[in-house]
Amino acid sequence: MGNASTSDGFVAFDRVQKSYDGETLVVKDLNLSIAKGEFMTMLGPSGSGKTTCLMMLAGFETATSGEISLDGRPINSVPPHKRGIGMVFQNYALFPHMTVGENLSFPLEVRGMGKSEREKKVKRALDMVQMGKFAGRRPAQLSGGQQQRIALARSLVFEPDLVLMDEPLGALDKNLRERMQYEIKHIHNNLGVTVVYVTHDQTEALTMSDNVAVFDDGIIQQLAPPDVLYEKPDNAFVAAFIGENNTLRGKVDGVNGTTCTVRLDDGSEVKALKVNVAGDGVRTTLSLRPERVVLGEEAASMPNRFEAEVLELIYLGDHIRVRMNVCGDDEFIVKVPNNKGGRDMKVGQKAPVGWAIEDCRALDPS
Amino acid sequence: MAQADATLMDTGGPAAKRGGTEKLVTADGVPLKRALERAQRRRKLVALGLVGPLLLFILTVFVFPIAQMMWLSVSNPQVVNALPRTLEALQDWDGRDLPPEPVYAALHADMVEDLERERRDRLTGPLGIRLNYEISAARSAISRTARQVDSFEAPFKDAFMDAHRLWGQPELWRVIKREGRPLTTSYYVAALDREFDEFGNIVQRDENRRIYVSLFGRTLMLSVIITAMTFLLGFPIAYYMSILPMRHANLLMICVLLPFWTSLLVRTSAWIVLLQQQGVINSGLVGLGIIDDANRISMIYNMTGTIIAMTHILLPFMVLPLYSVMRTIPPSYMRAAKSLGATPSTAFRRVYFPQTLPGIGAGGVLVFIISIGYYITPALVGGQSGRMISNEIARHIQQSLNWGLAAALGTMLLVGVLALYWLYNRLVGADSLKLG
Repeated sequence: MGNASTSDGFVAFDRVQKSYDGETLVVKDLNLSIAKGEFMTMLGPSGSGKTTCLMMLAGFETATSGEISLDGRPINSVPPHKRGIGMVFQNYALFPHMTVGENLSFPLEVRGMGKSEREKKVKRALDMVQMGKFAGRRPAQLSGGQQQRIALARSLVFEPDLVLMDEPLGALDKNLRERMQYEIKHIHNNLGVTVVYVTHDQTEALTMSDNVAVFDDGIIQQLAPPDVLYEKPDNAFVAAFIGENNTLRGKVDGVNGTTCTVRLDDGSEVKALKVNVAGDGVRTTLSLRPERVVLGEEAASMPNRFEAEVLELIYLGDHIRVRMNVCGDDEFIVKVPNNKGGRDMKVGQKAPVGWAIEDCRALDPS
Repeated sequence: MAQADATLMDTGGPAAKRGGTEKLVTADGVPLKRALERAQRRRKLVALGLVGPLLLFILTVFVFPIAQMMWLSVSNPQVVNALPRTLEALQDWDGRDLPPEPVYAALHADMVEDLERERRDRLTGPLGIRLNYEISAARSAISRTARQVDSFEAPFKDAFMDAHRLWGQPELWRVIKREGRPLTTSYYVAALDREFDEFGNIVQRDENRRIYVSLFGRTLMLSVIITAMTFLLGFPIAYYMSILPMRHANLLMICVLLPFWTSLLVRTSAWIVLLQQQGVINSGLVGLGIIDDANRISMIYNMTGTIIAMTHILLPFMVLPLYSVMRTIPPSYMRAAKSLGATPSTAFRRVYFPQTLPGIGAGGVLVFIISIGYYITPALVGGQSGRMISNEIARHIQQSLNWGLAAALGTMLLVGVLALYWLYNRLVGADSLKLG
């Protein structure tokens, strides 16, 4: 699952474990390698161990066992202030008693940098986030989005090779969050800095990252680029966590090369791609993206075809979400584009649905 | 008219606004201002009801007594009430030699005016006490003279001088003339270790009679030391409590608050047991061979005792505001500082400490102001060298009964505290105080 090589890489976690109480492991055997210049996102629900991993990398938590290395150098025993890693905190952690300029100047001052050079760098960093006019303000006088930019600029002003971000956009409203996502992405592209980004928001992860590590239960469930993660989830957790997903449960009833036949709990038979099933007779979860389901006459040509009943219609502007009963599952969602066909549907109407074998992935039972 | 306006408003047409009607009215035609007033009257009454009892209480038991005390420090009715004729006769006196016979005659007239003994005593009694503050033996002069005055015959000058030798000294007459006004500054003059010389100038007292200025100085110094001690002891414990989980922090808080919950007598006897020369600490040190049996340290009934005991009592006043401020400082600030490359000590100094300043200010002002007027602890364990100004005030109220002087000292203390608070406000800003 955590299919990363640990020997090379700018940042490497090698068999890292973390326990707070000596009884349960918050992080279980983490192996992860991050290349230089990569934008790596740790994605997962709260309590999945992603923030703990970030804190171990920053040096605020110590790994219970295993080794973390940065640029080939083990850093387990290096205190945080000597690691030279920039960090953006969830609440920004801008020092309230200093002005914006003083906040940015702080990391340069503690490095003993001269005044003129400091001013030059602070100005450049502020310009980078379009906050050049705000150097004299106090953090409390800024809006959330502005504070976010300052925190970002402060984490970059001393030119670290690695920047950690702990849910930095969590407190912003939706529009601002989306704008900041692009801005962070552009800054990353321009500076070529390595970013490790922690979030529980899958859209954010998909928008920004080169690679996403999906955490659950202290384990990396899948490490892959965003498109792979969405199109080809390795297991039921990833399929359910990333994007919208239809889940059908049943038993494998015959394997044929890369495909298999699955008998669902209501007796119907589905052909699916064999991804993560041990073999014949075991239980499995079928994962199927709503937009890959075909509704109406076109379904006739699909290898999987079923008669379904429309239970609910939700109008969403560009598309219509149709909740249907398919193979005994009342929560089956189909996304229908808002064009002539989609507008005529009624609740209670029967319609055929169908999907391709390769869009339906047979995963581990959940 | 109001009705018409209301209909206009109801239609909502722009004409209604442009119609030149300045008074806005509600839908049923009541002027808007009056309607608003009526709507808020209830809320105002409730607010008054909530604040009223405390306001009344404070007025009667706090503001009024303080005003009364400040009045006592300048009020000076005794001479004016007892010797109106004498004062009139004294107006032309140059204040150098003894006053002439008419003055003595006026004095006689004043003293015999009330034939009834009791009523006379009611005037001459306070007069004797008042004059005695300025010149010793004046009280006995007045009372002895008052007993004999009925048998005096002219010339009165000799009669008075026979009755008591003080009547033959210009000093007494100068005091009578000076204090013959309804308001006086002499209590403040005395409170500043000064007195009037024979020409009426204010001069310093003899060195061995100066008490109050040095006592004020000592009070200030002790308060500063105690404030610094509570800060040095309180800051680490407040910090530790702020990073502990709530449950453990509360346990520690109980330990800090324990002085509040212990009876003063229990605490005092505990200190005596601990600190006296034959006490636990001294015996322990002798037993360990650190000090010699002959050189036991005196830690109680002196300044050390005052400092130790008051630091103990006032510690919670420092810890509570500090703790409440520290609790609100998120740990991410220190982490951010470290991630930016600051060593733990730099991070503490540059990032954490400045954010605790409102708490330090609040705790410092609280402890300082409380300790500057502290009375009971210095009285119990302070001995002579650990006395503070409030002990002197208490002495004048309870023993010497010179309430005027006590009031003057108290007023000076109050003004001093207000001045310090004003200074603090100018330098730091009182709105940055955080009292929890």
